[in-house]
Amino acid sequence: MLENLSVGTLSNVSLRIPGGQVVCLSGPSGSGKSRLLRAVADLEPHGGRVALGDTAQLDVPAHQWRRRVVMVPADSQWWFDEVGGHFPADARAGLPSALGFPPGVMEWSVSRLSSGERQRLALWRALVLEPEVLLLDEPTANLDNDSTEAIETWLLDEIRRRQIAVLWVAHDPAQIHRVADAHYRIHGTSLERVNGSD
Amino acid sequence: MEVIDLAWWKLGLAALLILALAGTGYLARLGITRSLLIAALRTVIQLALIGLVLEALFASSAFYWIALLALVMLLVAGREVVARQGRRLRGWWAFSIGTGAMFVSSFTVTILALTVVIGPEPWYAPQYAIPLLGMMLGNTMTGVSLSLDRLNDSVWRQRAVIENRLMLGQTWQQALEDIRRDAMRSGMMPSINAMAAAGIVSLPGMMTGQILAGSPPAVAVKYQILVMLIITVGTGFGAVMAVYWGGRRLFDERERLRLDRLVKP
Repeated sequence: MLENLSVGTLSNVSLRIPGGQVVCLSGPSGSGKSRLLRAVADLEPHGGRVALGDTAQLDVPAHQWRRRVVMVPADSQWWFDEVGGHFPADARAGLPSALGFPPGVMEWSVSRLSSGERQRLALWRALVLEPEVLLLDEPTANLDNDSTEAIETWLLDEIRRRQIAVLWVAHDPAQIHRVADAHYRIHGTSLERVNGSD
Repeated sequence: MEVIDLAWWKLGLAALLILALAGTGYLARLGITRSLLIAALRTVIQLALIGLVLEALFASSAFYWIALLALVMLLVAGREVVARQGRRLRGWWAFSIGTGAMFVSSFTVTILALTVVIGPEPWYAPQYAIPLLGMMLGNTMTGVSLSLDRLNDSVWRQRAVIENRLMLGQTWQQALEDIRRDAMRSGMMPSINAMAAAGIVSLPGMMTGQILAGSPPAVAVKYQILVMLIITVGTGFGAVMAVYWGGRRLFDERERLRLDRLVKP
């Protein structure tokens, strides 16, 4: 999927993620994890080649690429007053119970959501677009341990069912152990595969 | 009805009043004396000069002289649009987008009004063309600079929102939708307010001037209506173009938000 990608201080990053599999990415803060995700989503100028199956990034208009390769940032943004405005009409009803919201959350005002609630809704907002690739930037950073594991289980289930290829930035070694099919760590300017991840 | 000409020494009386105001400001330490005097002096000099230019222009009526004056007015307005923006596009883009938008909208609408509506002979007769273009440019300049300033500032503040919308597969136009609407509103607000208050709260300057110069009020009113309508049209289309071009320039060919193309105020 990624071939000789370079962005910021990272160079010559090559990586392949099969559908339905999770590749975790870790590294010290400021090492360029988020920038790597942004490059894959084509939000930042970068070198190298990114492809999704037979489709290269530059073959399709950028917004169509991002429709298929959806990034969920660490701090999600909400621009309408009500939660429901951010979702397509048919996705408002089917909110999965695993996210732990009472019915009627779509009518809530965005200002009453906690940061954890925003994070969970942002994951659903990305999933309803039916992406082929998900780029998750610390998707559970604001969640407590119990809901972290519940969200992980639900996400992995959706990922396997929909056969989404996932690049997941994570800090917590326990989480990486739980979700990753492969684990890479950023070491200086390159990616290093961490052994022992199954 | 003959217009009463003003003798220069009578203007001196009005200038004395400015001096009185400046003196009051100085004694009461209001801190306006210096800028007041400089601005008053600039008014006198600039208007006296343009009076000479217009006298010469009316005498010759050559098309190229009128075109030259129009060009100078446009370039000065373009510079003013750049100066009035807090954050602006890097390089020549700020000047080109503002000037281009003003050129297309003011010149088109002015020429249309001259040829189709008013119809002087020739159509570029300076007595009509220059004042009309001046009013158009002055107002379009305000609209374009307000809307570009608002556009750049909002994009800067809301960059996280815009990028998040891009991440969800929206086009740059969709991601910019709310901001574009805000920018248009701030550019159009002065014209819309002026139309709403015209004749009730304020008597517009052009109509007042025409009446002072001896025109029947009915004619002056018709000219004023024409001018207000075309000013609003010019400002509106100018702002539409400026906001579209400015917004386009804030994204690159891969629809990435490029805030590095803005310079700090």
